[in-house]
Amino acid sequence: MSKDIIEEFTSKEYEHGWTTNIEMDSAPKGLNEDIIRFISAKKNEPDWLLEWRLKAYRQWTRMKEPTWPNVTYPPIDYQDIIYYAAPKQKAKPENLEDVDPELLKTFEKLGISLVEQKRLTGVAVDAVMDSVSVATTFKETLAELGIIFCSFSEAVQKHPDLVRKYMGSVVPAGDNYFAALNSAVFTDGSFCYIPKGVRCPMELSTYFRINAANTGQFERTLIVADEGAYVSYLEGCTAPMRDENQLHAAVVEIYAMKNAQVKYSTVQNWYPGDKDGKGGIYNFVTKRGLCAGDHSKISWTQVETGSAITWKYPSCILKGDYSSGEFYSVAVTNNYQQADTGTKMIHIGKGTRSRIVSKGISAGYSQNSYRGQVHVLRRAEDARNFSQCDSLLMGDKCGAHTFPYIDVDNNTARIEHEATTSKIGEDQIFYCQQRGIDEESAVALIVNGYAREVLKQLPMEFAVEAQKLLALTLEGSVG
Amino acid sequence: MLSIKNLCAKIGDNQILNGIDLEVKPGEVHAIMGPNGSGKSTLASVLAGREEFEVTAGSVEFLGKNLLELSPDERAREGIFMAFQYPVEIPGVSTINFMKTAVNQVRSHRGLPPLDAVSFLGLMKEKMQLVEIDQSLLNRSLNEGFSGGEKKRNEIFQLAMLDPRLAILDETDSGLDIDALRIVADGVNKLKTKDKSIIVVTHYQRLLEYIIPDFVHVLYKGKIVKSGGKELAVELEAKGYDWVKDSVAA
Repeated sequence: MSKDIIEEFTSKEYEHGWTTNIEMDSAPKGLNEDIIRFISAKKNEPDWLLEWRLKAYRQWTRMKEPTWPNVTYPPIDYQDIIYYAAPKQKAKPENLEDVDPELLKTFEKLGISLVEQKRLTGVAVDAVMDSVSVATTFKETLAELGIIFCSFSEAVQKHPDLVRKYMGSVVPAGDNYFAALNSAVFTDGSFCYIPKGVRCPMELSTYFRINAANTGQFERTLIVADEGAYVSYLEGCTAPMRDENQLHAAVVEIYAMKNAQVKYSTVQNWYPGDKDGKGGIYNFVTKRGLCAGDHSKISWTQVETGSAITWKYPSCILKGDYSSGEFYSVAVTNNYQQADTGTKMIHIGKGTRSRIVSKGISAGYSQNSYRGQVHVLRRAEDARNFSQCDSLLMGDKCGAHTFPYIDVDNNTARIEHEATTSKIGEDQIFYCQQRGIDEESAVALIVNGYAREVLKQLPMEFAVEAQKLLALTLEGSVG
Repeated sequence: MLSIKNLCAKIGDNQILNGIDLEVKPGEVHAIMGPNGSGKSTLASVLAGREEFEVTAGSVEFLGKNLLELSPDERAREGIFMAFQYPVEIPGVSTINFMKTAVNQVRSHRGLPPLDAVSFLGLMKEKMQLVEIDQSLLNRSLNEGFSGGEKKRNEIFQLAMLDPRLAILDETDSGLDIDALRIVADGVNKLKTKDKSIIVVTHYQRLLEYIIPDFVHVLYKGKIVKSGGKELAVELEAKGYDWVKDSVAA
């Protein structure tokens, strides 16, 4: 039915005369102010949010798509995208036997539990009911502590003051091309607030947020940690994610007040396209944390193995005195994948610290770039930064690139930058083989050793899965 | 156990082995000696299956199998161990983790279940004592920042862990002081049984004072030009390799 509507509207010219019909399930293709009004109305949003979206849209129309990343892709037709579609109820498979066996094989290799497998494939059985009840229990525990953890839409309805105060405070609507697009058309995402002095007792994962699925291509996450609060937040999962939407432009904002600590971990395994580079997700994400208060700390850890193109720079603005930021990253590219990723550490406050550890792994015909900026502003007395950017090459058809930018406006700053590029050694592989370890396992062992410093930052369970994921991503890339 | 017939091998256009014949029976210790560039280490590498070397003629049979058809890891799982002259560093991988992977792959090849954490630790403690190696060393990244002596001791530790049928020691004595040499040799001697064989590749006679060979072979220009008992090593040490070269030329 929705398809008919799309056809009807795409075949018809909609200039200014188009009026929104709130009863519809989907918006027609394309982007204009009426579409944004439609989305906002659909979501029953307050006026200020609609205004916010429209302002973002107007800024976006004046902006140009960035061309500086070291990636190439055909031009995106932004008028050829449907920006709002109500989540479709897909027919659920009865049991795991009905699920694509290839997918199940991957799950097995990753060591994903049966319950989780069922959840990911949407099998409708009581095992999934179990996970829902677990989620409910978790929600109750969180509520007792005053922690808010819900979908973005829910937060807009139930906690409009918090959303209004902090949304856009770290990533302004017009920050960059993709952030502006997201601000205009985002449909959902996650919201999290940890009250003053509360230490969140569990890893917050979208896994435990009911209705987390179908958050769509323009996702928005806002995490606010009040004074002295602590939270560890997990995004994504190691299971391969397929999506019909090619363009993904998410925004993540973290706001940390005095003495607050936020640890944000991501494992990204979106569909990377096939062996010849056809298809795959464009992942253009803006992630930024603001250490607003003194002695606050934000730590980003990411394991990036998926997507055809990755464009993301999880950053920290170190505004509070003695605040600190960390960025730990493993980015793996294989076949024809392209990644341009890194971080920005902006030192504003006194005695601010930052640490960057980036490990790139390129195989096949892929291109892997690290792009990082360390900026020490004038007021930032005694700022410290340590950066380490390592690249590992497998084979001789791939590329590794490093673009470090260092700007220092205060001469008390101490900046250290180390970079290495190495090839996975035939000698290392032979040594492993001589001990009875087969070639694939040898590569997995060497690569995991190389990435260990980053992997050990991940929560335990996540780390084990991430290790297997690395091995799986590079399967068949040697020999 | 090991039967090498007319083995010839080259690297690039460089012919290095020119027809090696060697029989090694269970329990025997063979020493391969020779001047620099005679092909000693090449022989060790060819037996272990290093790919840069191309076997141009001959055959190698190990425990009834055609060794040359097997990949390096298959050879290792069949029971061939090589202690490297220059052990490789693998950053971020501890020796313990490395050995766990290796031991369990070898066990699975032998139809045995993987060792659980407790049994593995037990095995490790036992072998650690044997080669007098400290656990703190084994927790570190494999060979990274190890001294020459520590690297060699780590090789013998791995030898003990993997329990092979044939151990090839490639210039294990190079870069060792006399104390380290004694510890390494003691370790090897403790591992000797009547169904295990050892090939010691060395330039000097020194190591053979500690690991007593049953046979000594002298390699020159890719061929075994002289074979004898342990007294041959002593004679070589006294007369030098020129003695062999001259006798070949004569």
